[in-house]
Amino acid sequence: MTSMTTAELERQQAEMGFDDGASHLLEVSMGPQHPSTHGVFRMDVVLDGERIVKLKPVFGYLHRNHEKIAESETYLGSMPYTDRLDYLCSLTNNWGYALAVERLAGITVPERAEYLRVIVAELTRLQNHACLIGFLLQDMGASGTPLMYAFRERETILDLFESLTGARMMCNYLRFGGCRVDATPEWLRQAQQAVEAFPKFLDEYEQLLTGNEILVARTQGVGLLPKDMAVQAGITGPTLRASGINYDVRKVDGYGIYDRFAFRVPLGEHGDVFDRYMIRLLEMRESIAILRQALREIPAGPVQDARTKLRGFRPKPGEAYARIESPKGELGFYLVSDGSANPYRYRVRPPSLINLTVLEEMCLGRNVADVVVTLGSIDIVMGEVDR
Amino acid sequence: MSPERSANMDVEMVRAALAAAVPGCQVEIIANSRPAAQHSLLVDAEHAVAIAEFLRDDAALRLDYCSNVTGIDWPMKDGGGYLEAVYHLYSMEKKHGPLVLRLRTLDRVAAVHLPSLAPVWRSAELQEREIFDLFGIQFDGHPDLRRLLMWEGFAGHPMRRDYVEPDDYEYEPTAHETVLQKAQQHQREAER
Amino acid sequence: MRGILAVDAQLKTELQRQGIFATTLQELYNWGRKNSLWPLNFGLACCAIEMIASTMARYDLARFGAEVFRPSPRQADLMIVAGTVTKKMAPQVVRLYNQMPEPKYVIAMGACAISGGPFKQGYNVLKGIDRFIPVDVYIPGCPPRPEALIDALLTLQKKIDAQTLTGPNQPRCADAAAPSEFLVPQFGAHDLEPPQNPAVWHPPLVQIAPAQPVAATQSTAGAHES
Ligand code: SF4
Repeated sequence: MTSMTTAELERQQAEMGFDDGASHLLEVSMGPQHPSTHGVFRMDVVLDGERIVKLKPVFGYLHRNHEKIAESETYLGSMPYTDRLDYLCSLTNNWGYALAVERLAGITVPERAEYLRVIVAELTRLQNHACLIGFLLQDMGASGTPLMYAFRERETILDLFESLTGARMMCNYLRFGGCRVDATPEWLRQAQQAVEAFPKFLDEYEQLLTGNEILVARTQGVGLLPKDMAVQAGITGPTLRASGINYDVRKVDGYGIYDRFAFRVPLGEHGDVFDRYMIRLLEMRESIAILRQALREIPAGPVQDARTKLRGFRPKPGEAYARIESPKGELGFYLVSDGSANPYRYRVRPPSLINLTVLEEMCLGRNVADVVVTLGSIDIVMGEVDR
Repeated sequence: MSPERSANMDVEMVRAALAAAVPGCQVEIIANSRPAAQHSLLVDAEHAVAIAEFLRDDAALRLDYCSNVTGIDWPMKDGGGYLEAVYHLYSMEKKHGPLVLRLRTLDRVAAVHLPSLAPVWRSAELQEREIFDLFGIQFDGHPDLRRLLMWEGFAGHPMRRDYVEPDDYEYEPTAHETVLQKAQQHQREAER
Repeated sequence: MRGILAVDAQLKTELQRQGIFATTLQELYNWGRKNSLWPLNFGLACCAIEMIASTMARYDLARFGAEVFRPSPRQADLMIVAGTVTKKMAPQVVRLYNQMPEPKYVIAMGACAISGGPFKQGYNVLKGIDRFIPVDVYIPGCPPRPEALIDALLTLQKKIDAQTLTGPNQPRCADAAAPSEFLVPQFGAHDLEPPQNPAVWHPPLVQIAPAQPVAATQSTAGAHES
């Protein structure tokens, strides 16, 4: 399964001064079945000893034709498919898509639904970031404990999702112009409890991990991503902010009602794996601040715009692009309507895919073990990379 | 609709700036009647790279971030039509956007070449590869134009609207609608 | 051998009271196999997250002896196909299955692994992993809950327990004539070649009627053996 011809390899070896006949380069295919590639991701790696001299990602092992299928689905029919894009964060995906349709058709969302959206989105962010750190530590060899802790917290949040939407993972909760069902006062109380208990978990997690000598040694100075390269390559989300660029779509666009919330955008300094790890911890604390405020201020009222017809929905010809800050980065949806019941073109801007653009540069010259850690810190989900 | 802090770009203004900065370029405004009013600029392929560089480097615009690249297939009834690449640009520095750029090929068969904007915005690299794979637009000047999602040796471009997918619906446990029809067709053939 | 296998149930209880638990080699063999299934550490899509969740503290798959997820197929004897199998991935899945030592079992977890699920209409989606490798237990759901996976595991354990060392119900590995390796499909111009392995799968001969499309086909309620 080589992607490089022998001639290419030899030329590269000659460039590196290994033309003495004794080849030092080794080509390895990591994945698509590899315990640390977070699914079916594959990298063709050329190694000089332990050092990476070339790394080419290979995509497509989970290409499920989401965009093509959406062209033959109704607008509403695509909503459950968005759950399966980034399957750890179905509710933020729902929001991105709902926002695009609302832009396309000019739909307004009632207050209470806006608050519910913020609440479920931030809960999603909490569980995504907690799991990401668990997986990252797993890749570093801390098998079990951090991931167990993260999944313990995730289960409490999934219980909330389940009692609100009926599903643990594939929530299919948002609708154009609102949310599918209303939250009961009991649910809001439970959500409040979960949110209040979360900082304790974070303290515990941080105590366990942040000062850990091995974690520091394995992450600091590894997988460097300089500022200008990050912007140029369209990196978004926590990975971008760890490189020190203040760009959070929640602040920049203020979509939904995010401009009413007081929260800070944590920024990194070095753009290494450690900063990306810290950014996630800090973002979770900011999410808790947002959640507290949202749960305190949520008004009563309807959760669905009554004028919006969900079935037989036919927006006028035109197009719209909408983006949100998903836990992975900037998730965009671009819809082109030709006036029929199905979108003419339905496009997902996948943060997971685009964040991998400069993976090679981040790994060159490092060890194989560092590749695993760097990849883990970018936070990808293959369902979104390949769609 | 929710209030937007980053307002849409004034396309008239951008067009005027482009006309002054890139002599000979042809820029056409494609209006978008939807409430979001994201109008787009149709630019000619010949000057596309110069236009992109200007948009990226101009001190007032600084559209340093290419968010999204989309391929669209527009076949015509008479067999003609064209392929389109749509770029959504934002500025991380100035925090404004989006500006929508469109590039069109001459037809859908032979003249499917467009200049690649990946040298200007690296974030277009994987997305243009995806469009090459699924729509078949040849991006000239792309650093590494290979199929992204389908395997090497795959024939055709599956996101084109006239692509015929392989029919392997011999049996479906939960068939409905078109899938059901295909499965029934297979069954009739098997019984014959 | 045959005669010893059929130990009277009453006698068995009596023996157990005396502290004798495994009376036949077959029982010991099956007991060992069914309680230490080592799954391949192999996730394809969304269902894999639920698979991971079922190994975590809350659902704790370890209670049933199946928590040792092995990264290498050489050390695994259970493949949980958790997620959408795309045509690009299918050859690799078959190859991994071929690399596993006998006796080996397959659980098809989720609608996608069974039939392509919600993505069935995709041009790159394989419409069920049982087109290339034999599946022992199917779990419907999108994604199936961790409880469903545990149920599937218990179903598989029952199946293993019922297998005999000789005769028609013996495990495939005991039959020298049965294949242990399966055809790895190649990439064609539009589809895999062949699109299914005729030695493993042929379209079930059931009437697909428009009136009751689901009822006429195999039941999808609850995990069941194939
Ligand atoms: S069955 Fe559903 S949850 Fe499982 S892989 Fe398929 S789409 Fe994902």
